Amino acid sequence: MINLINVSMNYPNGTRGLIDVTLRIKKGEFVFLVGPSGAGKSTLTKLIFREEKPTRGQLLINGKNIARLRPREIPFLRRSIGIVFQDFKLLPNKTVAENVAFALEVIEAHKREIQKAVPAALKMVGLEKKSNAMPAQLSGGEQQRVAIARAIVNNPPLVIADEPTGNLDPETSWEIVNLLHDINKCGTTIVMATHDKDIVDSMKKRVVALEKGRIVRDEERGAYGYED
Amino acid sequence: MLTGMRIRTFGYFIREAFKSLHRNSWMSLASAGTVAVSLIIVGMSLITIINTNYLAARLESNIEIISYLKDSVSIEQGTKLKKEIEGIPGVAKVRFVNRDEALMEFRKELGDQQNMLEALGGSNPLPNLYKISTISPQDVQKVANKLEALAEMEKVDYGKGMAEKLFTITKWVRMVGLVVISLLGLAAVFLIATTTRLTVFARRKEIEIMRMLGSSNWFIRWPFLLEGMVIGFFGAVIAVIVVDAAYLAFTDYIIRDLKFNIFGLATDKRLMINMGMVMLGTGTLLGAFGSVASMRKFLKV
Repeated sequence: MINLINVSMNYPNGTRGLIDVTLRIKKGEFVFLVGPSGAGKSTLTKLIFREEKPTRGQLLINGKNIARLRPREIPFLRRSIGIVFQDFKLLPNKTVAENVAFALEVIEAHKREIQKAVPAALKMVGLEKKSNAMPAQLSGGEQQRVAIARAIVNNPPLVIADEPTGNLDPETSWEIVNLLHDINKCGTTIVMATHDKDIVDSMKKRVVALEKGRIVRDEERGAYGYED
Repeated sequence: MLTGMRIRTFGYFIREAFKSLHRNSWMSLASAGTVAVSLIIVGMSLITIINTNYLAARLESNIEIISYLKDSVSIEQGTKLKKEIEGIPGVAKVRFVNRDEALMEFRKELGDQQNMLEALGGSNPLPNLYKISTISPQDVQKVANKLEALAEMEKVDYGKGMAEKLFTITKWVRMVGLVVISLLGLAAVFLIATTTRLTVFARRKEIEIMRMLGSSNWFIRWPFLLEGMVIGFFGAVIAVIVVDAAYLAFTDYIIRDLKFNIFGLATDKRLMINMGMVMLGTGTLLGAFGSVASMRKFLKV
């Protein structure tokens, strides 16, 4: 699904985002990306949805080298990836249902499809009763669940979550991770960058640890491995 | 199905554009106003250019060659020349004026001041002459040269250099006008770009989310593009109304009240309609350019 071969990425200001990273993530996996701030977790997620371009190496997604993607092809790559951020990125002037529907509207989906998919996605995250609420009326955990509903409403084969629990209390964080786990059980590949030691240690999933732009550890059923 | 979808999408674009116009109604109004002001100046310049061209064309078509015959050439000999002159390429019309007719014409022109002729002691000082008009003003020089070569001619007069001077003047007017109009157009683009930039900036979060969700750049661009075009179009409508009303009032005053079209003003309705179309088109285009320019940074294309 995701295949990085000797990928390096330098930012224009000279900062080195990634150095010679080789990583293979198979379809249906649940992978934690861990490591201190600035280790390259965000760079890696940005590379996968082509917010940034690798400076060197090959980055294949579903067999396609996305470094060579033409600008007009980028939107189609992103349609196959659901993205969840720490700060939710919901539109404050739209209702919960409208925020989720937005993901389908902007890719010009059919109205009937939108009417069917939005309630289904909201049911999946357990917010079907809040569909007419505004984001400001929801708790942080609920807002993140709306963001997850929006990320999966299009049934993408891959969901990338960049510190999705960073702004949430431990209990709510668990709700979010369990939700992502449920989505993973349905066959969706999940890549989650996180600082949450408890979650990583208890989930016993594959852990990829980055430090200073390099992969220093890659274990199946791994642990967080850092003392916070 | 596909077309139905596209129409619906387009409806979405239009709704978004007007929503944003409504949300920033004061800013939109202000930029429509600036477009209007720029286009009013553009329109005024256009009218000046049109009228200068019109005047120049009239003057150019009035250039006539006057070819004076030698006194030694008799009237009979002179009239025989007509065929030969008509044969010169570029000649449109040839008229022979014998010296008696010329004197009568001169008398008429003098009106009350006949005594000027009496001062000459009753003799006719005028020669026989040909009045020749050319097909196009550019032919004047060539035809005049040919005429000068004829043995029967004393002198050929066509307001030497007049035609050339006129051409240079009209060329300059056109060039200066073009420069002024381009500069003003550029100013209008910048103003619209600033307005759209405010809208784009206010909605940068939405744009960021749309990009993240995989919407195409054109899908993001269209509402802003329409917004800019609507602003430009309305500014142009205001400008057309102002310019047309002002010009009509002006020509009306000149022609009706002064009963005298002294400048030979162009009053062709079709001309005014064409100019209106040009202004509306320009306004809309300026709006489109402005909004596209202000979005470049946010779309990183």
